Amino acid sequence: MSQHHKVDLEHAAAAEDRTMFGFWVYLMTDLLMFAVLFATYAVLRNNNVGSPPGSELFSLPLALANTLILLTSSFTCGIAMIAARRGDKGQTLLWFGITVLLGLSFLGIELFEFAELIHEGHTLGTNAFLSSFFVLVGTHGLHITSALIWGIAMLFFIKRRGLDRHIVRKLSLLSLFWHFLDIVWIFIFTIVYLMAFV
Amino acid sequence: MRDFLLGKLDGSALPHEWHTIAGSISFLLLGLMVVGFITYKRRWKWLWKEWLTTVDPKKIGIMYFIAGGAMLLRGGLDAVMIWLQQALASGDSTGYLSAQHFQEIFTAHGNIMVFFVAMALIFGFINYVVPLQIGARDLASPFLNTLGFWLYIAGVVMINMFFFVGGEYAAAGWLAVAPLSGKEFSPGVGMDYWVWSLQISGIGTTLGGINFIMTILKMRAKGMTLMKMPLFTWGSLCSMLMVVTIFPLLTMTIFLLFFDRYLGTHFFTTTAGGNPMMYTNLIWMWGHPEVYVIILPSFGIFSEVVSTFSRKPIAFYKTTVAGIIGVAAISLCVWLHHFFTMGAGADVNSVFGVATMLIGIPATALMFNWIGTMYKGKIKFTTPMLWFLAFTSIFAVGGITGILLAIPPVDFQLHNSLFLVAHFHSTAVGGVLFGIFAGFTYWFPKMTGIKLNERIGRYSVAAWFIGFFVSFAPLYMLGLMGATRRLNHYEAVTGYQPFFIMSLIGSLIICLGVALQIIQIIASFMQKRRLVDTTGDPWDSRTLEWSTASPPPDYNFAEIPEVSTRDAFWEMKQTGIKKPVFKDIHMPKSTATGIYISALAFTMGFGFVWEMTWLVVVSIVGIIAVAIARTFNDELEYTIPAAEVEKMEKEREAKNKAIEKERVVDEEDMGLIEFIKVVLSWAFGLLRRSKR
Repeated sequence: MSQHHKVDLEHAAAAEDRTMFGFWVYLMTDLLMFAVLFATYAVLRNNNVGSPPGSELFSLPLALANTLILLTSSFTCGIAMIAARRGDKGQTLLWFGITVLLGLSFLGIELFEFAELIHEGHTLGTNAFLSSFFVLVGTHGLHITSALIWGIAMLFFIKRRGLDRHIVRKLSLLSLFWHFLDIVWIFIFTIVYLMAFV
Repeated sequence: MRDFLLGKLDGSALPHEWHTIAGSISFLLLGLMVVGFITYKRRWKWLWKEWLTTVDPKKIGIMYFIAGGAMLLRGGLDAVMIWLQQALASGDSTGYLSAQHFQEIFTAHGNIMVFFVAMALIFGFINYVVPLQIGARDLASPFLNTLGFWLYIAGVVMINMFFFVGGEYAAAGWLAVAPLSGKEFSPGVGMDYWVWSLQISGIGTTLGGINFIMTILKMRAKGMTLMKMPLFTWGSLCSMLMVVTIFPLLTMTIFLLFFDRYLGTHFFTTTAGGNPMMYTNLIWMWGHPEVYVIILPSFGIFSEVVSTFSRKPIAFYKTTVAGIIGVAAISLCVWLHHFFTMGAGADVNSVFGVATMLIGIPATALMFNWIGTMYKGKIKFTTPMLWFLAFTSIFAVGGITGILLAIPPVDFQLHNSLFLVAHFHSTAVGGVLFGIFAGFTYWFPKMTGIKLNERIGRYSVAAWFIGFFVSFAPLYMLGLMGATRRLNHYEAVTGYQPFFIMSLIGSLIICLGVALQIIQIIASFMQKRRLVDTTGDPWDSRTLEWSTASPPPDYNFAEIPEVSTRDAFWEMKQTGIKKPVFKDIHMPKSTATGIYISALAFTMGFGFVWEMTWLVVVSIVGIIAVAIARTFNDELEYTIPAAEVEKMEKEREAKNKAIEKERVVDEEDMGLIEFIKVVLSWAFGLLRRSKR
C-alpha cells in the first residue's frame, strides 16, 4: 500500500471518527430537547381542565403494541447493520426495509390513537395536560418520521450505488438515531402511559 | 384564494409609521449602495465564489465580524433612542416615543446585542483563531460551519423584516416572558418575528457549538494535550460545551411558545391549566448560562492578551482552566436568581442565592490570575492591553454588584430596577464587549497583515471607559433610588431626570468611542506602508496562530506543527523554527447548500409568521430535498499538490521582501487632528476634480 494511500485511509478514518463523535453530541442535544418536554409533561400532567385524566384516555394495549414494534425494529436495525458491515447488499436492504415497515406501522398506530382522541374532542388545545401529551408524543413521532424519510432515502441510495464505506458510515449514524428514538419511546411509555395508571 | 396565498399579509403590513419608513428606506439605500458598488466593480462572481459559498473558517469569521459589527451599530442605535427618551420624558413631557414603540426598542436592543452581536462576534473569533491555535486546517465539519453562518444571517434578516412587512416588533422584553408573549396579550406579528429570528439563528448556534467541540477535541496538532491548549481555546471549548447543553432548551421553549401562539396549546397560558412560571423557569435555564457562554471566550482572549503583553506565561495555567470550567459548571445551576421575587419561597431562594455567590470564587481566581500574570512582567501598554485594563475595573464592579444581587433580600429591593440594568451592562459591556475589542485589536494584524494605529486606539479606549462610567454610574444610583427598568416616562417629583441626562451625555462619549474605533481602522489602512507586518508575529506572541503568515494562507499551515509544551510558538521560537516539509493538502470544497437551506428556513419562518401554509410546506419539503441531494454528493474535497504549496510559500516570501523595501519607517502613528486634515484634503480634492 503506497504512502499516499495509507495517509488517505488515516485521513478518512479520522474524519469518520469525528463524524460519529459529532453525531453523538447532536443526539445529546436532541435528548435535552426531549428533557424539556418530559419536564413540561411532569409539571402539567395533572392540569386536565375539562377533560378526563390520562388513565381514562390512554389505551395501554396500543401503547404496548407500539413499544413491541419499536423494540423489534431496533433488533432488525441491528441485524441490518451487521449485514451492512459485512457488505451484504441484499440482506441490508431486506432488514432495513423491515425496520422501515415496522416504523411505518408504529406511526400508523400512533396516528390512529391521535385521531381517536381528537374525534372524541380531546385536542391539544383543550388543556395543558393534553397539550403536553400531544407535543411530547408528537415530537417523538416527528423524529420517527424524519428517520423514516432518511431511511427510505438510504434504501434508494443503497439500491443505486451499493455498499461502500461512506454509505455504511451514514447507515451507522441512522441506526444510532433509530436506537436513540427507541430509548426515548421507552421513557415515554413509562412516564406517560404507565404512570398515568399509577 | 388571496387568503391562501398571502395569509395574514395585506396593505396595512407595509411601512406607514415614521420609524418603519425611516428604517426600510435606510436599509434599502444601504442595500442599493452595496449592490451598486459590487456591480460597478463587477465582482459578483468573485463574491459568490470566494466569500459567500466559502467553507474557510477564516473567511466565515470575517463575515461574522462584518454582520455582527453592523448589528452592533443597529443595537447601539436602539440604545441611543432609549437614552434619549429617558432623558426627555419627565413629568409633562412624554418624550418622542410612544409607549408601545419604546417597549419594542428595548426588546430589540436586548435580542440584537445577545443573539446577533455577542454570539456572532464570538463565533467570528472562534472560527478564525481556534483552528490556527490548535494547529488545524479547518473545522471538523466545514459544511456545518457555512450552514450555521447562513442560518444566523437568516435570523438577522428576520429580526429586521418588520421594517418592511409588519410594522411592529415584539414588545415583551428580550426574553418574551409568558403570558405577556402569548397570543392573548401579544397578538401581533412582532412576537412571531421574535420567535422565528431567534429559533432559526439558535439552531445555527447549536450546530456551531457541536462543530467547535468536535474540532477542539479531535483535531488538535500532535502533542497538544488538553492541558497544553491555549487559554482562548479553553474558553471557547467550555463556552461551546455550554452552548450544546442550553440551546436545545431554548429551541424547545420557543417551540412551546410558538405552539401556544399558533396551535392554541396551553403550555404557558393563564387558562385551561397552563403554567406561565414554567416558561420563566425554562427560559432562564437557558438565559443565565447564555451570559456565561458569551463571557468565557472573552476571558480566554484576556488570558492571551495579558500573557503576551506582560511577556510571561499565564500565572497559574491549571487554576485558570479550573476557573473557566468552574464558572461554566456553576452557571448551569443558578437560574432562579432571575426571579427570586416570584414566589419560590425562602428555602429555594437561599439555595440559588448561595449557588450564585459561589460563581464569585472561580471568577475572582481568574481575575487574580490575570493580575498575577502582570506581576514582574515586562508590560507593554498596547491597545489590547488597555482594553484589558479597562475591563478589570468595570467588570469588577459588575461582578460585585452581581454578588450583591445574589442575596435574595437585597434582590427584593433591586429586582428589575436600574441597578440591575447597570449590573448586567457592566459585565456585558465591560466583560464581553471589551474582550471582543481586545481580541479585535490583538488579532487584527493577523487577519489583515496591518497593525492598528495605536494612538487613536488609546483615545477610543479612553472614550469608551469614561463614557461607560458617566453613563452607568447614574443608573446604579437611580436603581438604589428606586427607579424601575424599562421606564418610558416618570414623574418629575422623583428627581430622576438629571441622572438620565448625565447618562445620555455618557452615551455621547461612548458614541465618540465608537467613531474613534472606526477612525482607527481607516487611519491604519491610510498608513499601510508604515504599519504593514510581514513577520506574522508583530507582538512577539506565544501561541501557534502567530507562527503563520498574516493573513494565513487558505490551508493555515504548510506543515501541521508538532507540539510539546504550552505556549507552543514561544517554545518554537526558542528552539528554532524548522523549515516545513511540503506535503499534499486536502481542502474542502466551497458549497452553496448552506445558503439554500438557510434561505428556505427563512421562507419557512416567514410563512409561519404570516400564516402562509403553502410557503411553510414548500420550504420544509425544499429543505429535506436539498439535504438529501447533498448526501448524494461525494465530491467534497480537492487537493493542493505539495509542489504548489511550496510555490505559494516561496511567492509569499518574495512578496514580503518587496513590501519590506517599500516600508515607511520614520513617521508616527497619525493622530486624530492629522486624520481629520487628511480626510478634509481628500474631500476638497474630490470637489476640485469634479469642478474641472
